[in-house]
Amino acid sequence: MSASDTSDAAATQDAAPPRPAWQVLLVRPETVTFLLLIAGLFAGNMLSPYFLDVSYILRSFTLYAEFAIVALVMTMVIIGGEIDLSPAAGMALAACVFAWVQQAGVPVPAAIGVGLLVGLAMGALNAFMVIAMQLPSIIVTIGTLTLFRGLAQIIAGDKSIRVPEWFIGIDKVMIANIPLPVVLFVVLALILGVVLGGTVFGRQVYQVGTNEVAARHAGIRSARIKLILFLASGIVAAIAGMMTASRFGSVRYDLGQGGELQMVLMAMLGGTYIFGGRGTILGTFLAAWLLVIVSTGMIVANVLPAVQLVVLGVLLIVSIIATNFIYSRTQR
Amino acid sequence: MRKLLLAGVALSLALVTGAIAADPIKMVYIGKNTGNPYFDSINGGFEDACKQLGCEYEFVAPATAEATSQIPFIEAQIQRGVNVIAIAPNSPDAMNQVLDDARAKGILVLAVNGDLVGNESHRDANILPVDFTKTGPNQVELMGSLIGYKGQIAILSATTEAPDQNTWIAAMKKTLAEDPKYKDMELVATVYGDDQPEKSTTEMEALLSNYPDLVGVIAPTTVGVAAAAQVVQQRGIADKVHVTGLGLPSEMRDFIKDGTVKAFQLWSPYNEGWLAAYFADGVLNGTIKNEVGTKFDVPNLGSITIGDKNVMNTQAELTTFNADNIDQFNF
Amino acid sequence: MNFLRLLLLRREAGIAVMIVLFCLVVGYFKPQFLTLGQLRIVLLLTPLIMIAAMGEMMVLVARHVDISVGSTLGLAAMVSGLLYRFGPEVPWWTGIPLSIAVGAALGFANGLLVHLFRLPSIIVTLGTLSLYRGLTFIISDARQIDRQWIPSELKGLSQTSPILGIPWIIFIAFGVAILTYVFLNHTRIGRQVYALGSNPVAAPLRGIKVAQVTLLVFTLSGALAGLAGILYASRWGFVNPSNTGYGFEFQVIAAVVIGGVSINGGVGTVLGTVLGVLLLGCVAAALPLLGIPGTSQTAIYGAVILVALLIDRTVRQQGVISLKRVRQ
Repeated sequence: MSASDTSDAAATQDAAPPRPAWQVLLVRPETVTFLLLIAGLFAGNMLSPYFLDVSYILRSFTLYAEFAIVALVMTMVIIGGEIDLSPAAGMALAACVFAWVQQAGVPVPAAIGVGLLVGLAMGALNAFMVIAMQLPSIIVTIGTLTLFRGLAQIIAGDKSIRVPEWFIGIDKVMIANIPLPVVLFVVLALILGVVLGGTVFGRQVYQVGTNEVAARHAGIRSARIKLILFLASGIVAAIAGMMTASRFGSVRYDLGQGGELQMVLMAMLGGTYIFGGRGTILGTFLAAWLLVIVSTGMIVANVLPAVQLVVLGVLLIVSIIATNFIYSRTQR
Repeated sequence: MRKLLLAGVALSLALVTGAIAADPIKMVYIGKNTGNPYFDSINGGFEDACKQLGCEYEFVAPATAEATSQIPFIEAQIQRGVNVIAIAPNSPDAMNQVLDDARAKGILVLAVNGDLVGNESHRDANILPVDFTKTGPNQVELMGSLIGYKGQIAILSATTEAPDQNTWIAAMKKTLAEDPKYKDMELVATVYGDDQPEKSTTEMEALLSNYPDLVGVIAPTTVGVAAAAQVVQQRGIADKVHVTGLGLPSEMRDFIKDGTVKAFQLWSPYNEGWLAAYFADGVLNGTIKNEVGTKFDVPNLGSITIGDKNVMNTQAELTTFNADNIDQFNF
Repeated sequence: MNFLRLLLLRREAGIAVMIVLFCLVVGYFKPQFLTLGQLRIVLLLTPLIMIAAMGEMMVLVARHVDISVGSTLGLAAMVSGLLYRFGPEVPWWTGIPLSIAVGAALGFANGLLVHLFRLPSIIVTLGTLSLYRGLTFIISDARQIDRQWIPSELKGLSQTSPILGIPWIIFIAFGVAILTYVFLNHTRIGRQVYALGSNPVAAPLRGIKVAQVTLLVFTLSGALAGLAGILYASRWGFVNPSNTGYGFEFQVIAAVVIGGVSINGGVGTVLGTVLGVLLLGCVAAALPLLGIPGTSQTAIYGAVILVALLIDRTVRQQGVISLKRVRQ
């Protein structure tokens, strides 16, 4: 027996056999999300006869559509190794500035521009604190979320600011019988899915999230990538805020309060790994639907809000146990 | 033969439609939030009235009292096909669109305990606990009687946006300014405790620090008046600073018993729920016309008049609670 | 002279300076801010946060985070509240060990999920935040426990005082802080918390039983949240399923972070945390006094957190720069 033979035999023995294709395709966190989604539909139907109505479910989705849209971008931020808890408050700030500015007489298109600028500024602040000052993003964004919410409170006070009549009702606009916000969500999911899964930029985001130092050594400009992610987060929050303004007909400083938890929930339920490097747009997409179905199913069955909280808490814990289990098992 | 057949068909049709028409009326009351003892009272009134009337009734409420937290609940109730949506609104205008949707489907929309100020066209009628225009003057009079109609007083309110608070405060200021009986009373500050016990407490303590000559505090909010009373009790200054306002007997009983608070006022939330249920039932049955000026009778409450903008007051003046009568009430 | 320089370079000195400066500035506009009575007010705002901050600090030092403290506080408080309301006649102090025990159990559950399943603590405690709050509603049937059901001796802890007009509750809070200091600095397992947090990978190699330490810090965090819960009933006189402890975790984490505890673990002192709590207490007491409308208070808190972080980063710049060089 020559040395090469032994090493060949050893190599074949030690190397793990490649996983069957069906395993790679199906044993992933997104499958768990999908299964929970189906289970949710069944449960909702059992709880209440009023639930399984497609137009009702679509209409209910519009109540969460803004959060879902932001959650898509937040997924990318988390995959990139950071986290941004400020978008919900950012929605309020951008919306309040937008409403206040247009009430002061600025024409609406310009006011929208101002809103977007606010989004850019918010993202820039987060980016500066995290990238330039090297502060941990979770604490920075807890600070900025408090700051943004407070600024919104200063601008709008405790009152609502109305928006012009023609601007109201984005959720009533239908495309092929589907409310516009839902369509926007699906379209954005498709675009981001392609960007994340199929472009160089997307691959770099994954690499930065997995190991930032190694990525930098490989020549990836991680600071630039994170900057883009934070700016995107800010802008999309601004857009979501203005969409919400259209839906309600007015803005208040407490717009979107509690939204940060919902967005993180959607990302986590979708199998995004909190420490970065893993996750998909598809997962978050399915998770958003899961969340809407579970919440709507419980509300229409007049289930106590208390029980809803318990169910959501348990759902989150179960899904991350499953996600972690799958990721650890499929480490190759 | 054919006539008999026709008669039989007509009769069975009538029976069927009669049976459909006899479907119980489904009512739902959407509170501001759960865990709020005030709404438990209103709920009690609704429930008991519906038992008597044979209506189906449910109470739902969101976990938090934000302006928009009730919207998914309204949507769900529309989906469930209820006939009446009664709501204690968390916001004057956030729900305009969804309430219009409800009315478009033939659902009767009632604002109970608070109104959609400035947006009354989005609801069918409003049930208030008292004549809100009398609340302010009633409270000022009570405060005056406690302090000998002389001295510096302050107001501890809830949130700056609450329309009912602002109505009452405006009336209080007007009464103080115009009625010569109160000419020696001076309103030095109005602060906001946001209906949070912690914030109400710090605002109260700040009042005491900023205005050492303060002799009275009016807190027209159950959370505020309890917090203010607690501060006074803790510091033992009940003789110097008099606290009064709108409070729940269950929360204020201790303070009355130990003399920290001499008297406070409120109304009967239970009766509100009772009236609302009877009114809704009457309108849907056709026995009550929802028009300004209509008078109708409600068991236990007597005659109720529908006022301007379709507003009804459950009782006219506030009820005053003090050591003499506090034990009679259990809400 | 060297000693003084060393003292001033310490993180805690920075916070102490911030507190003194803040009080002087406010005192200039409102002299009544600098009285003993005002000190009493500030101290009364802080005991609950102080106690919970001790627990949170230990969790953060171990490189974890617990954002369920508010819900733990609420649930533990509610269990005792229900005992007082519906249970048999019990001595007034029964709620204290009961709430601590409930809190400890809830904290232990957090620790179990984190350690056993290797789950990130931020997500686990996000889930239990929701779960525990929901349970609080369910066991109380969404009704609050009114003032008349809370024993007056319990409420007395926040009112009566052994000395200087400072109520018992404040002594309890500082007592907890002292105990935490002793635990972390003078017991073997306490020091292991720091070791675990600064290098979780190497910890088992150094003989640290990771399971033990992790479960311990979460259990302690829960127990302290439970203590804060029963003291909530003492301070405010009631327990409400929606309000009690709602949003508490943000205040606690803000205080701890301002106090110099690092989110990356291994760094932080009891003194710093105490000062962080006091600073937030001063800010909270000063705002209504200065007539700053409630609408601006939140923005100010946010700004305070960010400023504290920036100051911290600037002070530590030396350390960060050398670290960067070593890594590259």
